[in-house]
Amino acid sequence: MSTAEHVLTDEMIAEIKSYFPRYPTRQAVTLPALHIVNERLREVPLQAVVEIAELLGLAPAEVQDTLSFYGFFKQGAPHGEVRAWVCRSISCALRGGEEVLEHMCHVAGIEPGETTADGKLTLEFAECLGACDFAPCMLAGKTLHKDLTKETGEQFVKQVRGSR
Amino acid sequence: MAKFEPVLLANVDNPDSHTLKVYEASGGYKAMKRALTEMTPVAVIDLVKSSNLRGRGGAGFPTGLKWSFLPKDHPGPIYMCINADESEPGTFNNRILMEEDPHQVIEGIIIGCFATRAQTAYIYLRYEYPLSYDRLQGAIDECYKAGYLGKNILGKEFSLDIYLHRGAAAYICGEETGLIESLEGKRAWPRIKPPFPAVEGVFRKPTVVNNIETMACVTQILARGADWFKSIGIPADPKNPRDPGSYGPKLYCLSGHVNKPGCYEAPLGITCRQLIDEFGGGVWKGRKAKAAIPGGISMGLLSEAELDTPLDFAGPGRVGCLGLGTAAVVVLDETVSMVDFLHNSCRFFAHESCGQCTPCREGTEWSLRMLDRIKAGKGRLRDLDLLLEIGDTIGIIPGTTICGLSDGAAWPIKNAIRKFRGEFEEYIKRTNPTGYMVTDAVDALPILAAH
Repeated sequence: MSTAEHVLTDEMIAEIKSYFPRYPTRQAVTLPALHIVNERLREVPLQAVVEIAELLGLAPAEVQDTLSFYGFFKQGAPHGEVRAWVCRSISCALRGGEEVLEHMCHVAGIEPGETTADGKLTLEFAECLGACDFAPCMLAGKTLHKDLTKETGEQFVKQVRGSR
Repeated sequence: MAKFEPVLLANVDNPDSHTLKVYEASGGYKAMKRALTEMTPVAVIDLVKSSNLRGRGGAGFPTGLKWSFLPKDHPGPIYMCINADESEPGTFNNRILMEEDPHQVIEGIIIGCFATRAQTAYIYLRYEYPLSYDRLQGAIDECYKAGYLGKNILGKEFSLDIYLHRGAAAYICGEETGLIESLEGKRAWPRIKPPFPAVEGVFRKPTVVNNIETMACVTQILARGADWFKSIGIPADPKNPRDPGSYGPKLYCLSGHVNKPGCYEAPLGITCRQLIDEFGGGVWKGRKAKAAIPGGISMGLLSEAELDTPLDFAGPGRVGCLGLGTAAVVVLDETVSMVDFLHNSCRFFAHESCGQCTPCREGTEWSLRMLDRIKAGKGRLRDLDLLLEIGDTIGIIPGTTICGLSDGAAWPIKNAIRKFRGEFEEYIKRTNPTGYMVTDAVDALPILAAH
């Protein structure tokens, strides 16, 4: 048992438990639990891993093993208030996706994968977002931005950072 | 042959096409009701078998046959997993179905579960599809309210729950046993087969894994019959008793350098050139095509001269591609550098290799480093042979890996270099005029932050 301060709220715990009846094993709730925590905290800190493991009857290492396989869950520092993925796979790359990502990173002053100092925006590359009919595209939170250009990409960065 | 009318996409442009009301107004769920009230599970499997429906996810395995591999008289539970982890570059047909016509998919899942006696279905949905998540969940909720899901559906003994399960941005989860491992809460390392999922799948129980579009096809086969399905497409090769043919309508994704990218429904067997010209409005900017990906990047490349290849299950293989894959066509115009194309492809697979099998983990990474070096003007002609050596030795076809991810990594390498070798050689000679002929070993490169 960890003595560190708990990070999972009662609400998170209740939501994680609501997934139990869906699966014959508790371990199958690992990904749903990681998503539930990540949606609230914008990361899954090690302490949350320990608490999830306790809920699911697993060793923390088992949860961490799964978490670390997916590049998706941040650990150590939360991602920005907005997390945006710009696609770099073939259909988007053919229509200038990589140049858009590079330009957006330049405007935001960060490298892909990093978060702006004000904590507002994390910019990442994505492999195919499955929206090749709107290439180049970007997924920001739940919003798909279609037919991006350097101009609309720059506008997005400035809008998120509130400096228009 | 009568003019082809879209069936799978017939509903998608209707206002509120994703709602139960609109779906039922055009005859939705009638096929499911008829199956549950008038047919036995075995009869449903036989019907799907006789349609020769082949899975739409990439491998093209006959769906009815897959269902019939489940052990007979198994005490249960039997699970259905729906593969909605669509991540193959260029592919978005499942997204269109889930966003615009989720009930067509769910009707197929109910029919499929009735046929296979599964009482739980998990839809493994990639994280990057938030609208698909909302639309599918909305449709599932409507079905519970209407009594199409839950206990004793239509007053019958048959009960079914469908759950959405979100992935976390990993391509390998589209491999069916990687999907199963991920669903179980583990790292998505594909399993060694056998046992196949039909015998021992998720939670160590018999499991069917089917693609989203496949389930939409099941709905239409139940609604319109196997003869209708077999009236579309390319018949089986009479000289090959193992060829199930390429029947039915198919959703083709068209993207890249075309005027009108989009998801188009056509009979299986339309040629790549027809698709580009008749649906895509031709190559953009008045240019010519240089090449096209026939079915997602892992299928390799068609050269311009090969664009008349029919896009059925057997067509792309005849010109050296891996297969039809997801039927996602990506057009490369004449200005595209094949070095850039291959670099993009190698970067994708190096990023997405799950790292379980050494030939794939190392081979995808080495090929990316070589492409990095070639792109940076330090390529040598010998690199092309090294790349081909990697391409020829990684994958389940040469027999060195557990799953087919690295066959997908290998095919673009093999096709690009074998079909466009002159361009690679010219690029290397031009950008590395003093070093292109060197054959010494290259010093180990520092770890590149390439991906």
